[in-house]
Amino acid sequence: MLKDNDRIFTNLYGWFDWTLAGARKRGDWSNTKELLQMSPEDIVEVMKASGLRGRGGAGFPTGLKWSFMPKEVKEKPHYLVVNADESEPGTCKDREIMRHDPHKLVEGCLVAGYAMRASAAYIYIRGEFYNEAQRLQAAIDQAYDAGLIGKNACGSGYDFEVYLHRGAGAYICGEETALLESLEGKKGQPRLKPPFPAGVGLYGCPTTVNNVESIAVAPTILRRGAEWFAGLGRPKNTGPKIFSISGHVNNPCNVEEELGIPLRELIDKHAGGVIGGWDNLLAVIPGGASVPLLPKSTCDEILMDFDSLRDVRSGLGTAAVIVMNKQTDVVKAIARLSYFYKHESCGQCTPCREGTGWMWRVMERMVRGEADEDEIDVLEEVTRQVEGHTICALGDAAAWPIQGLIRHFRPEMERRMVARRAGQPVFPTAQAAE
Amino acid sequence: MPKLTVDGVEVEVPAGSTLLQACEAAGAEVPRFCYHDRLSIAGNCRMCLVEVEKAPKPVASCAFPAGDGQVVHTKSELARKAQKGTMEFLLINHPLDCPICDQGGECDLQDQAMGYGFHSSRYDENKRAVTDKHMGPLVKTIMTRCIHCTRCVRFSTEIAGVTDMGMLNRGENAEITTYLEKAIDSELSANVIDLCPVGALTSKPYAFVARPWELKKTESIDVMDAVGSNIRVDTRGSEVLRVLPRLHEDINEEWISDKTRYACDGLKHQRLDKPFVRKDGTLQPASWAEAFTAIAAKLKDTAGTKIAAIAGDTADVEAMYALKSLMARLGSPNLDCRQDGAKIGDGPRASWVFNTTIAGIEDADALLLVGTNPRWEASLVNARIRKRWLRDGFPIGVIGEKRDLTYDYDHLGAGPETLAQVADGSHAFAEILKGASKPMIVVGMGALTRADGAAVLATCRAIAETYGMIQDAATGEDGETVPGWNGFNVQHTAAARVGGLDMGFLPGKGGRDVAGIVEGAGSGAIEVVWLLGADEIDIGALGKAFVIYQGHHGDRAAHRADVILPGAAYTEKDGLYVNTEGRVQMAMAASFPPGDARIDWTILRAFSAEVGQTLPFDSLEALRRALMAEHPSFAAIDTIEPAAWGAFGTAGTMDGAGFASPIENFYMTDPISRASKTMAACTEELVLPKRAAMTGTDG
Repeated sequence: MLKDNDRIFTNLYGWFDWTLAGARKRGDWSNTKELLQMSPEDIVEVMKASGLRGRGGAGFPTGLKWSFMPKEVKEKPHYLVVNADESEPGTCKDREIMRHDPHKLVEGCLVAGYAMRASAAYIYIRGEFYNEAQRLQAAIDQAYDAGLIGKNACGSGYDFEVYLHRGAGAYICGEETALLESLEGKKGQPRLKPPFPAGVGLYGCPTTVNNVESIAVAPTILRRGAEWFAGLGRPKNTGPKIFSISGHVNNPCNVEEELGIPLRELIDKHAGGVIGGWDNLLAVIPGGASVPLLPKSTCDEILMDFDSLRDVRSGLGTAAVIVMNKQTDVVKAIARLSYFYKHESCGQCTPCREGTGWMWRVMERMVRGEADEDEIDVLEEVTRQVEGHTICALGDAAAWPIQGLIRHFRPEMERRMVARRAGQPVFPTAQAAE
Repeated sequence: MPKLTVDGVEVEVPAGSTLLQACEAAGAEVPRFCYHDRLSIAGNCRMCLVEVEKAPKPVASCAFPAGDGQVVHTKSELARKAQKGTMEFLLINHPLDCPICDQGGECDLQDQAMGYGFHSSRYDENKRAVTDKHMGPLVKTIMTRCIHCTRCVRFSTEIAGVTDMGMLNRGENAEITTYLEKAIDSELSANVIDLCPVGALTSKPYAFVARPWELKKTESIDVMDAVGSNIRVDTRGSEVLRVLPRLHEDINEEWISDKTRYACDGLKHQRLDKPFVRKDGTLQPASWAEAFTAIAAKLKDTAGTKIAAIAGDTADVEAMYALKSLMARLGSPNLDCRQDGAKIGDGPRASWVFNTTIAGIEDADALLLVGTNPRWEASLVNARIRKRWLRDGFPIGVIGEKRDLTYDYDHLGAGPETLAQVADGSHAFAEILKGASKPMIVVGMGALTRADGAAVLATCRAIAETYGMIQDAATGEDGETVPGWNGFNVQHTAAARVGGLDMGFLPGKGGRDVAGIVEGAGSGAIEVVWLLGADEIDIGALGKAFVIYQGHHGDRAAHRADVILPGAAYTEKDGLYVNTEGRVQMAMAASFPPGDARIDWTILRAFSAEVGQTLPFDSLEALRRALMAEHPSFAAIDTIEPAAWGAFGTAGTMDGAGFASPIENFYMTDPISRASKTMAACTEELVLPKRAAMTGTDG
């Protein structure tokens, strides 16, 4: 369990002052000028050594990502774009950072921007986060007033601007290239890759897009050292991370914990346990809506980190743990997610545009048992036809929950069909498939 | 030059190629919908997915760069599965209404579904339906069929340069639309019909008219403007049902203007299908013999100098040559092919052609437009300028009217005053021309048809010479030949014009030009006027002259004529046309002249015998041999010979008035388009509202 003095987000719950004065008391902005006296290469090396993996869902090593930026600024300026379009169902970690610890993000922008030789950071914040945007803007203004950012930031001689941009409420704009399109004032549709943003990004300039949490932890890593960060968690899955625990737990919460913490410990110690006790657990979606769910049998032992979850064909995603106990209609839960993806598909490419609607409609029938058993196979095949064939990962995200459901709860789906045909009630409490 | 293996075949492709291009180079066919050579890459249909070894998932070959050492499989199980999966998705919400779809038989989706589709659908849910959109009088929409490839959106924003089309909403609810459901405000709009790979955008005038396999297809040349777009004329029986573009990289690429495409329904209306002779003040049907007799009787007592001939804007070279030969035999020096009175034709050939060539625009690095609205006068020249401008932007100056040309330009001024400033170097744009290595000037009929046209022409020549627009071919430092550059261009509006000028269909010694002929006819100095499809002159001013109208439409001049000789329209005869670049092209007859109408040169040949002046050719071949012997330039079909430079134009004072384009309505410029219902509908929807808005008479 993470020790208190290893916590990065010491005001995660808003118990203290969020303003610049409060942030300074917690150590933010304390020696930023010294950090900016490191060379950009050294900062990237520290980030690489820390083993930090991107906190936005894909888990790509952050230091490596920064190193993709060109080593010198040519005709085109470099940009840092911070993805604060936190829309993954179940995820609310970035929101808390921006509410209660916004200066961690602003300082992180400066440091990360310096490391990639960027002239400005654009923070693209989810439109629904109105209050958070106000708070973050206030923090940015405070930093400007204190000379921490802007011309000659922190007295380092380095000029750096920070802009906040509010989105308009589309899940797809959390996809990094759709976000760039939206930021440019266009329709939020993902771009083809290659070229990647590090080569051709915002306004055609080299750009790195990072999650809020990835950026916000950067100054602390630089202060306390890569070894400290790498010493937390498990190899290749280092450091602390904010988990958002929701669903059928007694105490839904955000909590900062080491990667690799057992799921059961996370739920029992921080979220007050599953409603009805651990044995009443049905399934857990461990990383936000888009990863396949885990049945209870897996949940008993699983460790919460990127590689462990990948090994059980799920993923850490945004570390948004959605707990479902045995009172859950699990088929309906996944059908609701399918509706979400159908609603949020941008419509640009065929498999996602057509496939998400197909999957959702079949899922709705599955909920009511109005299908034949072999349609489960068709559904599974449709998810495979979407997965990996789309421009961005939304297609994958729409396919995986259904694949997880079929993998672990096929008997429940079939039971409904049998019951429906027999004229029996279709909706008794679901049972895990073991 | 990356070298890669596609389906076991090793190919080397130019750097920067995509995987799809590499696959094509290797002879592997990859299905696709959204990809199009001339549009930006969207990569959204996902039909062209192929397997690349070591890639974690199938890649969209249209958007993926070809790299050295890649091993690509286009027909492996993984690739086929991905392609078939995409096809299934495309079809689940497609109505599959091929039997009632106009695209049937020439539909990419239909064709590719044969190769990649399942035999039956696994989709049991309700299909999506989309309300149809209004896109103007040319484009019919059945949006339920749309597969969202966005080719139309990319065409209209990139090539046509209008932001009228786009995609609204997202996911399943995404719809292609013209946002406000207005007509696409572009002269190239109907090309989206050709681009649409399914039946979502089809041709409104052609709706439910024919199936493609019923049609006879004839490759020909367009005469609606002086561009000489290459077209394919589709006929059933004698009826021209539609006109489609044909690829010619140096002229129209694969686009045509809406007028080229849709004026063809004018061929069915107002046609002259029998000879007429005016008796007792009214035109009455007559036989060919009666008509010829009437003309011969008039000519018998008329001196050659009192006879005149004017060639119209869509006349073919053969007809003009026959008429010119006849006039020579009748002793008439009064002939002219410049209905609009353009002050060109008395210099070297370089003074009346588009020397840079249309494709050459892409090499230019500065452009000055004088008295021309290329968007309306030559839409595809305008598209080429836009293409050049889109590539990396180049300075464009306009002297004349301020119009939306679909690219940014500096409006230097309205008329000759500015032109003179550019010529003497006192205008800022002169510096740009001076700094450019391949500058060009395009002079339009708006500048040359004025009374001071010769002076304007001389000033433009001075500009061309002063700013290095005329460069001779030279030998470079390494001994290689550096091709010359001629940046002087005349933008014609009439398909017949350059051909007429090339053969010297111009006033002979002491002869009258168009203005002189009209004036002479009014005053009685000219007694007989032979109009070869000439409708754009001041018909009412012809006075008491005996007017022979040889043409195909009962347009302006036919009403005034004393004898009407029914001729053939451009789709009904083999003929040569010379476009504004000076490129000789051969048009092919797709159908037959209606009724008693005859092909024009044969009318003239037949009549010449009637007056004892038999022309020395009895076949088209003989006529062309004679023509080419006299004017060798006509023998060089579809080639451009750089024209020699020389002096032309007449220095003089220029009028102060601004240049105005001669075209007031793009959709109606000649007898055929004036008879077209489709062009009338376009005028009503696209031209009249704007005109009303400009004059403040709307609402």
